[in-house]
Amino acid sequence: MTNPPYDVIIGLEVHVQLRTNTKLFCRCRTEFGNPPNTLTCPVCLGLPGALPVMNRKAYELSVKTALALNCNIPNFTKWDRKQYYYPDLPKGYQISQFDLPMSENGHLAISSPDGEFEDKNVGIIRAHLEEDAGKSMHDEVQGLADTRIDLNRTGTPLLEIVSEPDMRSAQEARAYLQELRLLLTYLDVSDCNMQEGSLRVDANVNLHVHTETDEKIATPIVEVKNMNSFRAVERALHYEVKRQYEIWQETGNRIGDVPKQTRGWDDNAQLTRAQREKEESSDYRYFPDPDLVPVTITNEQIEAFQRQIPELPAALREKLVDEFSLTPYTADVIVNQGPEVVTYFQSLAEHTGDAKQAGNWVQGEVLRVLKEEDWELSEFPISAEGLADLLKAIQQGELNNSRGKEVFAEMLSAGTSAADAMAALGIEKVDDSALEDLCREIVMANPKVIDDVQSGNEKAVGALIGQAKQKNPNVNPGQVRQICLDIINAL
Amino acid sequence: MSLSKEDVQRVSLLARLKLSDDELTTMTEQLGQIVSYVDKLSELDTEGVEPMAHALDLTNALVDDEPHESLPQEKALQNAPNSDDECFRVPAVLGE
Amino acid sequence: MQNTMIDLSATSLLAKLQSGEVSSEEVTTAFLGRINAVESRVGAFLKVNSESALQAAQAVDEKRRSGTPLGKLAGIPIAVKDILCTEGEATTCGSRMLENYVPPYNATVVEHLLASDAIVIGRTNMDEFAMGSSTENSAYKPTCNPWDLERIPGGSSGGAAACLAAAMTPLSIGTDTGGSIRQPAALCGIVGLKPTYGRVSRFGLVAFASSLDQVGPMATTVEDTALLLETIAGHDQRDSTSAKIDVPQYTASVNSPLENLTIGVVPSHYQDGLDTEIESSVKEAIRVYESLGATIKEIEMPHAQYGIATYYIIAPCEASGNLARYDGAHYGYRTDRQTMLDELAEEANQTDGAGESPLVRMYRKSRSEGFGSEVQRRVMLGTYALSEGYYDAYYLKALKVRRLIRADYDAAFDQVDCILGPVTASPAFRRGEKTNDPLAMYLEDLYTVNANLAGVAGISLPCGLTSENLPIGLHLQAAPFQEEKLLQVANMYQSATDWHTRRPEIQ
Repeated sequence: MTNPPYDVIIGLEVHVQLRTNTKLFCRCRTEFGNPPNTLTCPVCLGLPGALPVMNRKAYELSVKTALALNCNIPNFTKWDRKQYYYPDLPKGYQISQFDLPMSENGHLAISSPDGEFEDKNVGIIRAHLEEDAGKSMHDEVQGLADTRIDLNRTGTPLLEIVSEPDMRSAQEARAYLQELRLLLTYLDVSDCNMQEGSLRVDANVNLHVHTETDEKIATPIVEVKNMNSFRAVERALHYEVKRQYEIWQETGNRIGDVPKQTRGWDDNAQLTRAQREKEESSDYRYFPDPDLVPVTITNEQIEAFQRQIPELPAALREKLVDEFSLTPYTADVIVNQGPEVVTYFQSLAEHTGDAKQAGNWVQGEVLRVLKEEDWELSEFPISAEGLADLLKAIQQGELNNSRGKEVFAEMLSAGTSAADAMAALGIEKVDDSALEDLCREIVMANPKVIDDVQSGNEKAVGALIGQAKQKNPNVNPGQVRQICLDIINAL
Repeated sequence: MSLSKEDVQRVSLLARLKLSDDELTTMTEQLGQIVSYVDKLSELDTEGVEPMAHALDLTNALVDDEPHESLPQEKALQNAPNSDDECFRVPAVLGE
Repeated sequence: MQNTMIDLSATSLLAKLQSGEVSSEEVTTAFLGRINAVESRVGAFLKVNSESALQAAQAVDEKRRSGTPLGKLAGIPIAVKDILCTEGEATTCGSRMLENYVPPYNATVVEHLLASDAIVIGRTNMDEFAMGSSTENSAYKPTCNPWDLERIPGGSSGGAAACLAAAMTPLSIGTDTGGSIRQPAALCGIVGLKPTYGRVSRFGLVAFASSLDQVGPMATTVEDTALLLETIAGHDQRDSTSAKIDVPQYTASVNSPLENLTIGVVPSHYQDGLDTEIESSVKEAIRVYESLGATIKEIEMPHAQYGIATYYIIAPCEASGNLARYDGAHYGYRTDRQTMLDELAEEANQTDGAGESPLVRMYRKSRSEGFGSEVQRRVMLGTYALSEGYYDAYYLKALKVRRLIRADYDAAFDQVDCILGPVTASPAFRRGEKTNDPLAMYLEDLYTVNANLAGVAGISLPCGLTSENLPIGLHLQAAPFQEEKLLQVANMYQSATDWHTRRPEIQ
């Protein structure tokens, strides 16, 4: 298929709920799943006379996140009121940041192991700290339609991360989101759970249509909301791109010809719908919040925060490839599982001295079990040292890989060490002289094989391996082969 | 700088106020007078002057992430003009 | 005994309470008796707490008898402006919007008062949401100036000032955003102090203009004012704009005069619009200070004339933000749903269009029915000034001029200890005189707004009576957090004069 006659321009706005104990401007707890309106106080209810006081931890988590996103942290930042009316916004304004946000000008690197797109840095315009609104639910009573409001969520700290419109496909958008979520997991700043609403995504998308004269014409930007999973984001963007191209062909509308439209993704119908025109276009009348004072941060303090940042996914992938000689694919798989799995792998590699083997076992066996059992790594019963014992036994030829997997399964179900599991399965290292005796016995019982080998067909010795295994399943096939050959050649 | 009735009408929507025709006329006149008066600030050259949004030079009023006791549900709802057992209620937000 | 008790200052009453000469119950009964006698004519209170005040007084007496340690104001009645949240008590801010609003928490200032064992005798009338200079904007009733019941007491803390002038309470709490303590204090012949911004916590103070609002003490003497300020001032972690500066013991120094005092006088204050009698009283006050050994220095405040314009941009802008929460959704007044739906249905028939959503109509009607006209005017003004395209020309510009006004004060306080001048351009005017001219009403604040814009401390104290027996106030201002000095300087004047002892005969 030839390239479509347009470029896709995508920017993403991600709202991340920061994992603090309390809200951004009051000390109500931030917990998910409580009965409505049980986690409120005069401040987050917006009662007359209540005043906001900033949560230090929320600010610190924002700084760390912004630094991890390679942002610049200005020494001075302030908060502004974003004014609009909505029942889940009790003060009639949201405390957010307008012209002096706490961070700006960063980037996040994305790549595609499958080669769907070229590696690139997605620019980040800014990340700022603001408060969340409450929740509304529709309800009808006696023919009158009501909205029910739960203000538990009001005031939860949100980090709004705004990307440059640098993504050129729905796949890039998805990769950006996955990498961002992974980064946030490594930083431990958020639960990143879209179902619970701790991570929300809005997209801005339009096309740059190619004309015959090599000119590129920008179509009107559409904001897409209500996507509740990364898959939904990808699908919504695919849909939007097709829809926008059709609209272009019908109307030829360029950016600026019509106002910016907002559309909601309907996951059931798998399409976007235009949202009701608001009563007036958004004039948020931003001004500095007089109830809050600015926050200043020194360069030394910024550096101290920088030092608190753990190793991040991108760097870890490189490290696993460079220092541990893993393939990029395996490195990616392990890093994508999160910091606990990386630590497990590193420990396993160090204990066994064989990173490649460790990588195979983590990728192949450990992750498989985690998936099957739906476990977090913390629930996985075999420690890195414990598993290392098994891997070392394999290295030393005490058993082969397929026997090793049986031992692994035994270790899991019985909760025993590698040694105990091996004993339970009757796996023993075969004594050298016993092995020698066994081979001599089998060789002598197979004169045809002696003849074949002596006449130059070494492969014939293969038949003896099966026999040896039958007599003693613990024999190492490689060793049997070599010893039989040696015996035959010495005859 | 004089205000038109349309300006005032637009502002009344932004401010979520509803003015009758008479009120609109009076408001337009009064706001016009006030705005003319405050326009005298344009006489002053304020080039290079830092805006003063706060009366006090304070920064970094940050507190620890320690929870307090929230209000019980009944107290949170006690002043609501319309509520049920658990939630505030308002006429439905349409188009959502 | 009862009759003279109401004429005593809080400080004197405290001495008598502490010596056991009188009980708090007796004191409270005396003031309640006075309220009974004159309140129907003055109208200073929105609510009088007869029962709970007596109970509180009895409890204090019991504590005193049993030797339990008592707070600084133990047994002294105090009136609280109906803008400070009090748990379990309707806090209306003089508005229909909050007619039935009952806060689930106490303002920090209220907590200080309770901890001081003061007896909260009632909640005073005010201009709605503190917007006004005459208390005529109260949605409930006007308050009458005890010196002439046909005249206004000033505002927005009109009730707070009137109840002191009428001897219905010895202490009162007001709030000042552009002069709302000092102007009514001047018009009613009592003492009122606006603290430095950040000196007193705003937590629980229903906000009008956040960067200008302050809670302050009102009393009949400077000494009492010092005592009350000491009780309510201090850092509060629940208010981000609260200063982390220790509170001096104002009462310890208030009676000590200052040596080498330099008083600043601003020639441009004495211009055409200033009432001649006020001018001569203020100039007489200057002579008093001279006789007390002060040096008088002429200073310039070149940007003072822009104060009103600056204030009437900044305050409405902040107010439009602060009052957005009054939308009938979670608390406060909400318009009748059926009437509203009927209206919408009618409109839909006529215009055949989609029309406004019920939610938006609910917001608009609730606010228009709940707010009085002055509040609506200021909300409109603020919304306009912050709306797209106007921010730079109005709000931003005003913030810059504010900086210039502050710089004038900084320069002034480099040269003088206090600035002296009039509080108002004219004495109390007649009720109704300025209600049709908002701008004329705004100009009432001429001499007071700059202290709020700059964040400095200011006090008004009685310095004369006009030929019509109307009080005249003297305005003193000091540098930020110099309340100690301000009170000392004020008391120097008060110790040498007796204007503060004059009381009206209530008609």
